[in-house]
Amino acid sequence: MNLDLIQKIAQVNLLGRGGAAFPTAKKWEMVKNEPGKQKYVICNVSEGEPKVYKDGYILENYPQELISGILLAMKTIGGSAKGFLYLRKDYYQKYQEKFLKIIGSAPIEIFCEPGGYLGGDESAACEAIEGRCTEPRQKPPYPTQKGLWGCPTLINNAETLYYVDKIFKNSYKNTRLYSVNGNVEKSGVYEFNVDLTIAQVLKENCNFPKIDFFVQVGGGASGRILLANELDQPVSGAGSITVYDQKKTDPYQLMQEWSEFFVRENCDKCTPCREGTLRIREMVAKKKLEVKVLQDLFFVLEQTSFCSLGKSVPTPFYDLLTKVMGIKL
Amino acid sequence: MKITINNQKIAVKEGQTILEVARQNKIDIPTLCYHSDLTIQASCRLCLVEIEGRPGLYTSCSTKVEDGLVVKTESENIARARKINLELLFAQHREECADCIYHGRCQALKICRQLKGKINGFTDRKKDKPTFKFGPALEFDSSKCIDCRLCVDMCHRQGIDFLELEYHDGLYEVVPSKDPKKDCIYCGQCLMHCPVGAFEGVGEYEAIEKPLQEEGKTVVFQFAPSIRTTIGEEFGMPYGSVVTGHLFAGIHALGAKAFDTSIAADVTTVEEAKELVERLEKKEPLPMFTSCCPGWVKFCEFYYPEFIPNLTTVRSPHMIMGGLIKTYWAQKEGLDPKNIIVVSIMPCLAKKYDITREELWLDKGALKPVDYVLTTREFAQLLRKRKINLKEVKPEEPVAPFPLPTGAGVIYGASGGVMESALRTAYEKITGKTLPQLEFKNVRGLQGVKKAVVDIAGRKLKVAVVNGTINARKILAELKIDPHAYDYIEVMACLGGCIGGGGQPVPVNEEIRQQRAASLYQVDEKSVIRCAHNSPFVKNLYQEYFNNQDNIKKICHTTFKKKNKEVNR
Ligand code: SF4
Ligand code: SF4
Ligand code: SF4
Ligand code: SF4
Ligand code: FES
Repeated sequence: MNLDLIQKIAQVNLLGRGGAAFPTAKKWEMVKNEPGKQKYVICNVSEGEPKVYKDGYILENYPQELISGILLAMKTIGGSAKGFLYLRKDYYQKYQEKFLKIIGSAPIEIFCEPGGYLGGDESAACEAIEGRCTEPRQKPPYPTQKGLWGCPTLINNAETLYYVDKIFKNSYKNTRLYSVNGNVEKSGVYEFNVDLTIAQVLKENCNFPKIDFFVQVGGGASGRILLANELDQPVSGAGSITVYDQKKTDPYQLMQEWSEFFVRENCDKCTPCREGTLRIREMVAKKKLEVKVLQDLFFVLEQTSFCSLGKSVPTPFYDLLTKVMGIKL
Repeated sequence: MKITINNQKIAVKEGQTILEVARQNKIDIPTLCYHSDLTIQASCRLCLVEIEGRPGLYTSCSTKVEDGLVVKTESENIARARKINLELLFAQHREECADCIYHGRCQALKICRQLKGKINGFTDRKKDKPTFKFGPALEFDSSKCIDCRLCVDMCHRQGIDFLELEYHDGLYEVVPSKDPKKDCIYCGQCLMHCPVGAFEGVGEYEAIEKPLQEEGKTVVFQFAPSIRTTIGEEFGMPYGSVVTGHLFAGIHALGAKAFDTSIAADVTTVEEAKELVERLEKKEPLPMFTSCCPGWVKFCEFYYPEFIPNLTTVRSPHMIMGGLIKTYWAQKEGLDPKNIIVVSIMPCLAKKYDITREELWLDKGALKPVDYVLTTREFAQLLRKRKINLKEVKPEEPVAPFPLPTGAGVIYGASGGVMESALRTAYEKITGKTLPQLEFKNVRGLQGVKKAVVDIAGRKLKVAVVNGTINARKILAELKIDPHAYDYIEVMACLGGCIGGGGQPVPVNEEIRQQRAASLYQVDEKSVIRCAHNSPFVKNLYQEYFNNQDNIKKICHTTFKKKNKEVNR
């Protein structure tokens, strides 16, 4: 049977590997069906969450495949598509030359991301490439409809496009990349089947801790906190597992790191996220947690934040406070 | 298309937001970061609503209607979220209500009362943030800023981008630009669009009584054309109330003399029409630009000095008025000009800068035509402080030798007014005939750019009227391609002209500007004399005092020069 690439992607049910797990075929279809001569493909390598390294791993080990994936996307969505390789600053410094050589005369431009985490937000990436401040845009319109300079734009994570190349070559084996780190013997990036549970991933690479521990899964800041008895589920988000020693980890220190991260990396646009993260940081620094205030802040962060960054802030705090610190919220 | 808000079925149009529909139907939804003039920020997160069948809360300012949406604007969750977000916003805002351009009547406090919130739910995190001074015109107190970024958008829409976001310790903050190629033009549109009074005029309100505290002086107040249809708002009168007589009464009640700047606008018109005719004859330098807006003048001097020769040398009305008061009137009254204090009540913050321009001082700087500028808001505050309620005073008439102005002098306050007044006079000057139809309707209205071709005795005069400096950029770009695209151009820096000026009452929006302008045109329509050159005052002035060129030059004309950046930090 002669399937086109989008059908092939749909058949293996490839989901976006940036964290949101949106069906890749559907996204491609949307951009393909948008009218318009000029279209864009952005390969997103902003990898903003701490403790996630898998996109960097692709840049290091599979640059050819990545560029091939971008070119396939450009060809498939039609129009005279142009590509952007959107690199986090340190990745840009490290890999720019290598990629320039691989890209050669292909219409792909390498772009150095200015901001931090929010640069990873799809619409914020568009703002950045257009030379504005990295703030998320009001949606709709989605980037698939009106992205870069108002043109239909396909934004995919590096890992997604790497696997597109594999699918095209019929060598995709239903795998994904896992970043495993923290209190483990052998931290690193591993490729396993997408359906593995967290416990299985840890066991497969002989990293299953022998100590009392908890893990953070799906991102080193906004990921969920899970206890040792909750590991019988697949790895979510950006595919990271960070192991923490239950006895030696200072929860305040951990929360301090998260809140620093959110305060630094958010765009400060909306009230709950700008002010909420600041107030959380303040409370954590003073080690004076007021339950009522935390409840209020979590409520507005989750319910009223402008973008998914703000909405995701309460998750790790809530988990840590209730599961590890035993605070009733 | 139909939606339901709070059980009420409402017909809607595609593209409308839930907030727009709600407001049109008198359903109240609190907002702070929404301004109908500007880009939707969707950042305060107060305008929350619930949509049936969808989880979570939505911001009504940024959510477009869809057929069949069922919306609720009140619920326990909505109230809770609004209250928490409002308290977080107040935690950034140092309240100073008695000295605020909203004097306690801002949206933030109104919403706070409705929600029974606390303004001190959290400690003020910005209390030590600095105040920036933008020349002699305005101040930005960043300890009041709630980061809605409307001012940044406004300044961007002026084509200035002087207000920027700067990153410090994980936070973006609004700051004036350090870029040597960017400078503030003092239009005050940022102030007019800030929901929480973080901007104010220099001296607002600490210095408003100063003019009245000088010993042994004759104090003269003059008020700009637009004030008569705006200041009523400060006293709870409906938008567009004409209060010329009240202004005379109010000023007299302060124990000062009162003159109407529109009288001098007639002089500006006559001189400007004369200059236009001369330039048309000499064919250069054309096009001629108006120069009575100091915001625009600063813009031209800083950003486009190559167009300085195109600015009319005629002074703005309040400067001519000040000059006349300290010479012509002083002689008549037998007063020493040094003992006269002239205060201009202006719609404008740039006019505070205007009076510091040495080119405008008389007798080599020995005599300043105008000593103080108070904005509409400041003057209203002064009256309130002296327990004078403008709404209740008995209107009074002007006194000689400065009688009523012409209609032409009054419409100066709206975008297109200067142009229309000058055209009325220039037409007669060129043709020797009276205009059959006085109204130039196609230069009226609030659009940013208005263009017209006026037929004067067979000569087709190409004119353009611009409000908002970004539109001036467009016209100047056109001129760079075709220098003969226009003959005469009016530019006002503020949205809608001076009726939307940076010194006017807040809040302001398109509808309000519309009503303020409409009332000015009504005054014109009702005026017996509607052309500046027919003003008995003007005729008399040219016989008695402007019978020599030196006096005209001294009182009515000025010079301009290229400007470097003035506002540094
Ligand atoms: S905006 Fe002005 S009136 Fe409102 S709370 Fe702030 S200081 Fe008070
Ligand atoms: S100064 Fe005013 S308008 Fe500007 S961001 Fe702050 S609160 Fe908003
Ligand atoms: S006064 Fe005008 S130019 Fe200056 S900062 Fe405000 S909006 Fe910008
Ligand atoms: S338009 Fe009027 S109020 Fe605005 S800066 Fe110019 S003169 Fe002043
Ligand atoms: S008014 Fe809608 S978010 Fe501020």
